[in-house]
Amino acid sequence: MSMVEADLSVAQDAAGTREADQPRDSLIVRFGPDKPLKLDAGVDLSPFQIAYKTYGTLNAARTNAVLICHALTGDQHVASVHPVTRKNGWWETMVGPGRPIDTERYFVICANVIGACMGTTGPASINPKTGKPWGLDFPVITIRDMVRAQAMLLDHLGIGTLFAVAGGSMGGMQVLQWAASYPERVFAALPIACATRHSAQNIAFHEVGRQAIMADPEWRGGRYLIENTNPRRGLAVARMGAHITYLSDAALHRKFGRRFQDRENPTFSFDADFEVESYLRHQGISFVERFDANSYLYLTRAMDYFDLAADYDGVLANAFKDTQTRICVVSFTSDWLFPTSESRAIVHALNASNARVSFAEIETDKGHDAFLLDEPELFAIVRGFLDGAAHARGLSVRP
Amino acid sequence: MLTRPSQQREANVNRAPGSARVDLLVVADMVEHGARVLDVGCGDGELLKILTETKDVDGRGIEISREGVNQCVAKGLAVIQGDADTDLADYPNDAFDYVILSQTLQATWQPRQVLEHMLRIGHFAVVSFPNFGHWKIRLKLLFLGRMPRTDMLPHTWYDTPNIHFCTIRDFRQLCEEIGAEIETAVALNAWGSRLRINAPWWFWNLFGEQAVFRLSRGR
Repeated sequence: MSMVEADLSVAQDAAGTREADQPRDSLIVRFGPDKPLKLDAGVDLSPFQIAYKTYGTLNAARTNAVLICHALTGDQHVASVHPVTRKNGWWETMVGPGRPIDTERYFVICANVIGACMGTTGPASINPKTGKPWGLDFPVITIRDMVRAQAMLLDHLGIGTLFAVAGGSMGGMQVLQWAASYPERVFAALPIACATRHSAQNIAFHEVGRQAIMADPEWRGGRYLIENTNPRRGLAVARMGAHITYLSDAALHRKFGRRFQDRENPTFSFDADFEVESYLRHQGISFVERFDANSYLYLTRAMDYFDLAADYDGVLANAFKDTQTRICVVSFTSDWLFPTSESRAIVHALNASNARVSFAEIETDKGHDAFLLDEPELFAIVRGFLDGAAHARGLSVRP
Repeated sequence: MLTRPSQQREANVNRAPGSARVDLLVVADMVEHGARVLDVGCGDGELLKILTETKDVDGRGIEISREGVNQCVAKGLAVIQGDADTDLADYPNDAFDYVILSQTLQATWQPRQVLEHMLRIGHFAVVSFPNFGHWKIRLKLLFLGRMPRTDMLPHTWYDTPNIHFCTIRDFRQLCEEIGAEIETAVALNAWGSRLRINAPWWFWNLFGEQAVFRLSRGR
């Protein structure tokens, strides 16, 4: 692990935790004691704040708002430069002027989810009762809690009905929760590469990641921010493991094969001889710069707990009963984290509810991450679906 | 096995001046304005688009080919990837006014069950299919002694997706067996024109290259 250690020392002073309270390049709304967030865990979170970004212009009738829900390690910086990594927005190919989710046409909102670490209240935020970071005193949150908080943000912004809500992976789970919890507030929904429940295999992968974090001596029972340590190695290993699940055997083979990294021959050591090892180490290192380890525990837990049908007597179709929302489900052939069969289950339930549903499976070898990448067929489908919905909604080409 | 939409729908068509296929226009004629419609085997969405634009229907589609589905969704149509033989069972009773099966019946594994599901899901079923009793097909089999291939049915026997051919007469018998009522029927000749409405069934069965039926649940 010599390479990891070397690079980690460089990342030592990264701004990950400071973003938790005072996010840069973001808007913030604070909800006081009069507006608590009622959590599924049975407690109120109050006060709390939501960090968000908007792109485009809300029209006079307030009918062109699109909510983007981010994935596990995403954030509100969907289509603009990230303040910590200085990289482009995580969905800049999808969201922006002239993009499929066209910010010249739609008013795009993206909020950091509850429990995350980029400015919305989470375990790295300051607990007002103690004046110290919450750590593991932060209540366990669910996908439904994230959506409830987003609904409060929309109330604050004076947006009654969303034209559309879109997201992939954990973002797709939020989209499904939106369609189930607030059908009257969602005109069109785009759940991509997701499922209505987390499978046993996915829970298992998450547990490995959490154990890696908790096994890091610097984790200190979740009190690392108070004790001035940081479980970087644990979090990096969690990210490395998870990252493999976002790709596919074919994609890894295409990108790296068995090639050596900057060397002709094996070193007969545990150095990162292979390109794929070096790549994964890099993924782990760059992740810890911008992410909080406890947030990783909380958000993976929220995904594990997600089981939409369970809230409706085990019948998924009841979650979408009489829905008027137009829904477009998208999956990818090589996604083994959220395989097409999971999307088909959503479609079956929507059919049984007689919902207006579209479903497309896109052929790609890029695995789960395909939803974030340059996939022209995905762009065409999202654009076509939103155009059709905009026509039905009576939205003009420009606000 | 709903199949071949894109390719075959291109291959076998007679196009009207407006360039839409004649048989699709005949099907569209049988659908009421503003109806809820499910197009089973909707291909690239041509019929759904005609119905949406000219009849203002609330249309949905099922299509087996990934390319067909993705083309439809990119056009803004509500279409899912699915199979008529297995996926119609998931739809509730009376979900639609019309369920359409256009040039697909002969490619299903279980035509009878598909038809029964159509009449369960929709109040009306509209079915169009190639007539295997057409004189050209009969002559080819009689004189050449080989599986007939025509402009309309260009596949060889070993690579055809069409596994359950029937004649107009066969189809009428199936309707009778499942208790479906034939509301209207149209037969088109090789040039895409309608055969005389008062012609006897044997005449349709000999000279109709394709047929379109509108069925309702029998009493």
